[in-house]
Amino acid sequence: MPTDISSTSRANRRKFLIGGGVILLAVVYLIATATAANAQFFYTVDELEARGAEAVGQPVRIAGAVLGDTIEYDPETLRLSFTIVHTPADVQLINDEGGLAAALDAAVADPSRNRLDIVYVGVRPDLLQHAAEAIVTGSLQADGTFEANELLLRCPTRYEESVPGQAQG
Amino acid sequence: MIVNLGFGALLIAFILCIYGAAAAAYGARDGRDPWLASARSAMLLTFPLLTLAALSIIYALVTFDFQLDYVASVTSRSMPTYLRVTALWGGQAGSLLFWAWLMSAFASAVMLRDWRRDREFLPWVILVSLVTLGFFLALIIFFENPFARLWQGVTGTVFAGVWQPAGAIPYIPIDGNGLNPLLRHPGMIIHPPMLYLGFVSFVIPFAFAIAALITGRSDDRWIRLTRRWTLWAWLFLSLGLILGSRWAYDVIGWGGYWGWDPVEIAAFMPWLTGTACLHSVMIQEKRGLFKHWNMLLIILTYDLVIFGTFLTRSGVLSSVHAFAQSAIGPLFFVFIAATLLLSLYLLNRRWESLKAEGEMTSWLSREALFLVNNLLFIGILVVCFWGVVFPLITEASGAIGEWFPSLRGIFSGQRITVGPLFYERATGPLWAGLLLLMGIAPLSAWRASTARTLGRAIWKPFAISLLVLAGMLIGGLRSFGALLGLWLCAFVLLVTAYEFWRGMRARAARGENYFAALANLMARNRRRYGGYIIHIGVILIAIGIIGVEFFQTETQGQLAIGESLEIADYRMEYESLSEWNTNDNRLVDRAVVSVYKDGVFLRELYPRRDYYYESQQAMTIPGVRSTIEEDFYVLLVEWEEISASRATFKIYHSPLINWIWIGGLVFVVGNLIAAWPQAEAYDARLRRTAPAGARAEAG
Repeated sequence: MPTDISSTSRANRRKFLIGGGVILLAVVYLIATATAANAQFFYTVDELEARGAEAVGQPVRIAGAVLGDTIEYDPETLRLSFTIVHTPADVQLINDEGGLAAALDAAVADPSRNRLDIVYVGVRPDLLQHAAEAIVTGSLQADGTFEANELLLRCPTRYEESVPGQAQG
Repeated sequence: MIVNLGFGALLIAFILCIYGAAAAAYGARDGRDPWLASARSAMLLTFPLLTLAALSIIYALVTFDFQLDYVASVTSRSMPTYLRVTALWGGQAGSLLFWAWLMSAFASAVMLRDWRRDREFLPWVILVSLVTLGFFLALIIFFENPFARLWQGVTGTVFAGVWQPAGAIPYIPIDGNGLNPLLRHPGMIIHPPMLYLGFVSFVIPFAFAIAALITGRSDDRWIRLTRRWTLWAWLFLSLGLILGSRWAYDVIGWGGYWGWDPVEIAAFMPWLTGTACLHSVMIQEKRGLFKHWNMLLIILTYDLVIFGTFLTRSGVLSSVHAFAQSAIGPLFFVFIAATLLLSLYLLNRRWESLKAEGEMTSWLSREALFLVNNLLFIGILVVCFWGVVFPLITEASGAIGEWFPSLRGIFSGQRITVGPLFYERATGPLWAGLLLLMGIAPLSAWRASTARTLGRAIWKPFAISLLVLAGMLIGGLRSFGALLGLWLCAFVLLVTAYEFWRGMRARAARGENYFAALANLMARNRRRYGGYIIHIGVILIAIGIIGVEFFQTETQGQLAIGESLEIADYRMEYESLSEWNTNDNRLVDRAVVSVYKDGVFLRELYPRRDYYYESQQAMTIPGVRSTIEEDFYVLLVEWEEISASRATFKIYHSPLINWIWIGGLVFVVGNLIAAWPQAEAYDARLRRTAPAGARAEAG
């Protein structure tokens, strides 16, 4: 496109460059402000733990494996609470553990890992179950629980790869 | 046996891809027509071969051939037949095969056209199609093979492999895992195929564009040849997105229709570049401008399609970091990078010959407004792309902090993400800008256009739209965003209606009655008036979105039998709850609630929860009362076991939401009008020499 404009006369060219630049700047401005207003740190349970009191009240996003036995739901107040266990965030580390499903299973079976109690008020998601991956958005409270205002779940490989010992074709 | 036949066909198709691509490249020179004919035959042969491969997988799915790893992982004995067929695209390996099959179908259809006038394009169209197809077939054969079988080795471990290893015996599970309950929805029959059709059919215009670059044809012949293809591709992709939003509304149970999930965005990005391209090719046809830009857009669309295929393969995941978790991830990135670089190299080589034939003079001319339209679409694309890659960038930026310890505070390497609010906030004003353009551009003239001529054309619909705005203010609407959005919608609808009216009146003045005038108008210039109908569809969708985004309310609570919850003018009373087992292995809990509006009984609704024993997963199915002005949407959240005396519900009240799908229908109708094959394409060259300043016929 720049060439199309450059082939026009000079005054014309300036007119369109300025106009195009204004639109470009507007897009950059929108992205910058929207990012600044909505960016959230994405931590693992370990990383949140490491930040300690500093993290209290900060809007963050945490991923971890759900411990099935800890799920409690009060249908009257819609208060849902459960505990998540640290899982690595690095794709490489997850692959080293044999994929996301294996990484989640390893996490819930390992009592030595850091844990975090989550509280969420709302509808109990269908996918909330043992060894699912929970991705919660919210903030750490002073008492050490994490208050989530958004809760996403995924059970990555329950359908496609649950055949034992599957090898790459 | 049949499965072996299918696998054999798949292998032969792959070999034909390699052969055909080589033969096409060799046969491109003059005087090597037999080679070219042979390449074309190879292309045509892939279709029956892949049909056989796909049918053999469907056969295996329908007959429960659980020795096939793929069949065992996506079906189970309790699934109805139609879902077993759709399981072809329910998992990764099958959906890649389905993609390849569609690709060969489209490319073969292109082969069947009359090539005498465009012989020089043919070898390169074959080459691009076969290389793309070959890439997918290689992925299927070497990495994600739906024909892989389960074997039990001497040590007792079970594994999948295409060939029987020494000493291993076949392993046949008693039952399969079943399809993910979220995918067990009638929408599953049509939503993924439409999306894939859209993806695949964008390969064809790309193939023609590359052919034009290689052969050095700098005119707009490739655009004219693929114009209709592009419209069909765009129709399928749009339909895939619209159906996906409906499926999400029906199945995911959060009262929403779009969540700015990376998977959704991946399907949305090629739509954005495709839409920009559909608009900007008109300027090249009309004015000979933007030639480089159009090439860039189609190249970008192609690579975003490949990227989208890669990401959407696992469409139900709330994919926060769904990148590269499979062996095929890196291969996709290599293929995307290679095709992108090669295409850009070709474009660069022809840069000089693609110079603009004229110049833009006025910001108010149609071509300049199209340019703004393109910039806005690309702006939205950049927002989407930024949102998807931002977490990766912030993580990778840790390296900067490592090298420059003083910057570690900023570049900590900590992953940072953005949520739906980011997308809404960043794209909202851009969408509003696009709406405004939709109102102005149809009334602007090509080339020279001044504020005065434009003002003269536009003041009537503009004045009426202000009356609508006043009406909304008097009606008590105070939300700035909603007022602006709805006013823009009204303005565009009025402009579009005005355009139809002007066309009809001109014909009526020549003695046609108004209905005949409307029909003739549309028949004479289908792309323009089809386009206007598409605009109306988009506006209706926008009205639905504004309704939900600004006015949706929700409430929740636990009710004893006979108690009620209230929302907006509605009251919902809990009547009863029952539980039973179905013969397809579900436990169903279904509540009966009565819905009243303004105290008048409307109907009963049956929100329920199905528990799938085999996959141990529950699925919440809402009860919905749907009208054109609003939806009442109730979810059964929890209940007291056995006595069922108390149950918990969540209710959404969503004004105007149905207009999203009504608008979708209008959109499709407009697209069909624009894209339906015409007996004889009008001669574009004649129209190009039409007097300067004459109002454009094709919009």
